[in-house]
Amino acid sequence: MVTASWYLILAAALFTIGAVGLLVRRNPLIMFMCVELMLNAVNLTFITFGRELNDIGGQVSVFFVLVVAAAEVVVGLAIVVAINRRRPQATADDLSALRG
Amino acid sequence: MLPVLAEANSLPQANIPDIQWLPLIPHIVMAGAAVVLLTIVSVAGRWLPGWFASAWTAAAGLAVLATAIPVWIRVDQEGESSTIAGSIGVDQFSVFIIVLLACSVVLTALVADGFLHRESLDGPAFYVLLMLSAAGGITMASANNLIVLFLGLEILSLAVYVLVAMHLRRAESQEAGIKYFVLGAFASAFLLYGIALVYGATGSLNLADIRLRQGGWFAYAGSESSSTDAGMQGVPEGVAMLSADNGLLLAGMAMLLVGFGFKVAAVPFHAWTPDVYQGAPSPVVSYMAAGVKAAGFAALLRVFFGGFLGVADDWQPVMFGLAIASLAVGSMLAIVQTDVKRILAYSSISHAGFILVGVQAATDDGVASVLFYLAAYAAMAIGSFAVITVVSGPGDEGTGLDSLRGLAARRPLLAAAFTVLLLSQAGIPFTVGFWAKFEVITAAVDARSFWLAVIAMLAAVVAAFLYLRIVVTMFLESPDADAPRLSIPRGPAVAVVIVVLFTLAFGIYPEPLLNLADDAWLNLRLHAH
Repeated sequence: MVTASWYLILAAALFTIGAVGLLVRRNPLIMFMCVELMLNAVNLTFITFGRELNDIGGQVSVFFVLVVAAAEVVVGLAIVVAINRRRPQATADDLSALRG
Repeated sequence: MLPVLAEANSLPQANIPDIQWLPLIPHIVMAGAAVVLLTIVSVAGRWLPGWFASAWTAAAGLAVLATAIPVWIRVDQEGESSTIAGSIGVDQFSVFIIVLLACSVVLTALVADGFLHRESLDGPAFYVLLMLSAAGGITMASANNLIVLFLGLEILSLAVYVLVAMHLRRAESQEAGIKYFVLGAFASAFLLYGIALVYGATGSLNLADIRLRQGGWFAYAGSESSSTDAGMQGVPEGVAMLSADNGLLLAGMAMLLVGFGFKVAAVPFHAWTPDVYQGAPSPVVSYMAAGVKAAGFAALLRVFFGGFLGVADDWQPVMFGLAIASLAVGSMLAIVQTDVKRILAYSSISHAGFILVGVQAATDDGVASVLFYLAAYAAMAIGSFAVITVVSGPGDEGTGLDSLRGLAARRPLLAAAFTVLLLSQAGIPFTVGFWAKFEVITAAVDARSFWLAVIAMLAAVVAAFLYLRIVVTMFLESPDADAPRLSIPRGPAVAVVIVVLFTLAFGIYPEPLLNLADDAWLNLRLHAH
């Protein structure tokens, strides 16, 4: 029997994979994908709770999160493109002028 | 009657919530002014004078200020309420932050005026993003619903990511942009996961609901008999099952705190602050230090003081730890820096620690002290970064401590103004910064957090050293022989004069501002009157 907690555990696992991936990967595009994974893990959590609580709020929240995720990617890709014009194939390790 | 119509009548009717328009006008004016500015400049840009966008933005900020005053008066007469199905709070707390954000927008527009021209970044983009970001901040500060709060936070953040990266010819600006973006998206995901867990634990996204459901809440999960408690009415059936213990709520609160800690730059979520402050264009930093921090703390207070007051015993120790860490790291690491923007970044971390001292008290006095501190810090930060904008020179390059050498000889008035602002940040009496520190420490003592008060005072002493170091560099060292002549544009000059007058006037006579902060109650109401 698949209960709500299975979905919640899956969501927590996806969130962790995304968080760890963001910290260990160095390619900016892969890092964006990890952020998306984290946001979608949250979406799964929202839907599960919404179903368990019999409340529409959880499912409506997902739409807002989707829109925010799309807007976030637009901004992120724009910044990556601006950097790539100046220094092609830059990874997160190359961007280290600011330190101290 | 047609069968189709009969069926339609039996369907549940969509519930259109009542909307009070008056408290929404500041939101609409701020966001609308941004969109209209973008339209005007794209249609008629070539016929408009260079100062148009800046003047428009300042006017929009003043208009928001003017439309916020009737809301304050109405709340004063009729009490707090909420609108749009309880998702936007109508209270003086939010009006205070709206006014603060509007003033930050006006002053930042003044600071940016000469800067954008000097760096050949002319165009409306900066001002449009600035106003959109402030509109997001206004939504954050008045949100009574966690998803609305999240949307406000994202509107604020997305605009600021672009602002940070907008200096296209400076590699540091883009590096700061991508760092801020990646870490910001990371923190937003944590915040959102926290919202989802809190939703699961309490069965509601509305902060007033969430607060109601905490009174005796965990007893309810165990026994059916207590379900008649006043706070338990209307709790969905499934909630009891999900929150068999309060672990879910605690995990959600911890995740929320990660997200807010990042936005307000509290240790250990501060790692981005020095890099971003150093790399971002200076006027953007002045807005980040004033506006973004104020909006972040407003949202933090709304959620934790407004929503989670019932479990304050659980989050107060965490705030205590964050405050101590921010005070210590901010004051100590600032001393070893050699770049003024980095020094002020660490000082902003230590100011976040002071503000957390007021948050940690979890009392009405604590909230008032936080609001007072935010207003004082906004003025000091905008003024300081306005001076740096002027001093850094073409390319925004001269931000090292050595570029301030002998500023007193080159530009005595500018050096004097900067000195006043730095002394105010250090908390010297007769400046507004003294009263800000006094109020948060008083709130901590009243809440019996004596050790925190002692540590805050020690941190103030350590931090005073770094501000004095900048002052010494300006006054006691002689300028480089080849130092270029500084030209001070009109916009930053006006902004600096305004904040210095603010700092001194409220430093000598703080009662009006103190009373306003005291009146700005944070009181969540679920329903409109």
